[in-house]
This record gives sequence, C-alpha cells and structure tokens, in this order.
Amino acid sequence: MTIPYSSIHPWSAVAMIAAIVLCSTAGEVLTAAAMKSVGDLDEIRARSGFTGAVRAVLTCPLFFAGVSFLALAFFSLLFALNHLNLSLVAPASASLTLVTNAVAGKIFLKENVDRRRWTAAVLVCIGVYFLAH
Amino acid sequence: MMAHARLLPRQYMILLLVALCAPLGDSCLSRGMSSLPAISIGHPATLIAAIFTPWIALGIVLLIGFFASYLTALSWADLTFVLPATAFGNVIVALLAHFWLHEPISIERWAGIVLITLGVGFVANGPSLTERPAIDLQAQPAAQLDQEQVR
Repeated sequence: MTIPYSSIHPWSAVAMIAAIVLCSTAGEVLTAAAMKSVGDLDEIRARSGFTGAVRAVLTCPLFFAGVSFLALAFFSLLFALNHLNLSLVAPASASLTLVTNAVAGKIFLKENVDRRRWTAAVLVCIGVYFLAH
Repeated sequence: MMAHARLLPRQYMILLLVALCAPLGDSCLSRGMSSLPAISIGHPATLIAAIFTPWIALGIVLLIGFFASYLTALSWADLTFVLPATAFGNVIVALLAHFWLHEPISIERWAGIVLITLGVGFVANGPSLTERPAIDLQAQPAAQLDQEQVR
C-alpha cells in the first residue's frame, strides 16, 4: 500500500530517488565499459556466430557488475514506488539519470561529451520530465 | 576500435529497436499486469504464473530484444549517444497512442515530444563514438620523433 507522499520526509524521498539514479548510472556505465572492452558485437557475430557473441559478453566480468547495479536500481525503484507516487519517481529518476550518465560518461568512460551532447542531455531530460509528468 | 563518424543502415536499425522495444515491452507488461487480479506477497507463485500470460510473455520478449540491441549499440557507440535514442522511444509511443489509439496529448506532453526530438537530433548529427585510437596514433610518431632527436 502506498504511503501518502505528504507523510514522507522530503529527504527520504530525495534519498530514494538518489539511490535509483546512482545505481542506474553505475549499472549503465559499467555495462557500457563492458561492451567497449568486448568490441563490436556485429563484427564478433560475423566472425564467430551468435554463440560467439553471447560467449564474448557472458565472459566479461564488468558486464555482470553492470547487470548487478541495474538489478539494484530496479529494486530501488520498486522500493521507492512503495513509498512515493509514480508521477514523482518515474520522471525524476528517468530525467536525472540522463544528466548523471553524461557526467559519468565524461569522467569514467572518457567520452567526448561536447556542447552538442550536453545540450541534448538537458533537452531530453526536460522533455522526459514533461512527457512523463 | 575504429570510430564510426556516420552510422550504417543496420546500426540505425539497432537504435530503432532500442527505442521501440523498451517502451513497447513496458506497455505490454503494464497491460498484462493490470488485467490480472491483485497479487499479494503471500502468493508469489501467482507472479510465476503471470509470466506465461500472453501480454506479459510478449513484454518479456520485447525487453530481452531491447537489452540485446542496447548491448549491441553500446559495443560501437558511446553511452551518451545511445541513451537519448532510448528516450526517443517514449516519443514514438506517445505519437502512436495519439494517432492510432486517439488518446489526447496535453500541451506539456507535446512540449516534451518537441524537446526530446530536438535533443536526439542534436546527438544524431554528431559522431557516435569518441575517437581514442586516432589520438594514440598521432602521439606515437611524435614520441618516436622526440626519441630520434634525443639520439
């Protein structure tokens, strides 16, 4: 049963949304790093077949670290939905994750997040908020 | 790994799958779960049985398709390039709901659709992958030249 939002301390709501955003960002970054270390899956599939591509992904430890964080993000979302309204949790976590991923992509994956990508991240972030609200 | 300045048609197809499979899969799960009676924590076996209902099974297949295409996209494109494509799926679903199911879309949602489309357009016009090896290749001859000068 969902507890009325007014009875939740605002910092508790912030902590729940922060947990989703942090776990999701860690999961996305680790999965992206795993796939970069594996290499182009289309080329691997052309060379070693579908089984070879699956084996290449499943033998990468970073992939499992990424999936573990994505699972944590999913359970954090379920926990938050048990206490907060969907109309708050979904847009807030989805749009904030886009910005934190851009920051994490620049810092940890050394991606070239230029002005074009920053603008895109902010536009999509506001757009997702409007669309889901 | 080579950088792809321009994506190939099959790579655009993968991005389209990423954009479409996630929201369609979520919609199928939502439709399947809402048509079931309320499930309590005391009866977890009901959740297992729910997997085999048509809408939820279709949703799971679509989400597996999303994850496979998402992993493929991440193997040749940057995370900051792929993620806006994921968000573009919400736009496609909203437009399908409006023109196909005749659902009303508020001004805020139209604003969201325009902003996401603009954002995806910004990213799609740029390179899909950060060009790291090119820097290393340029740095290597320069380092060799320095060593030769020292000799």
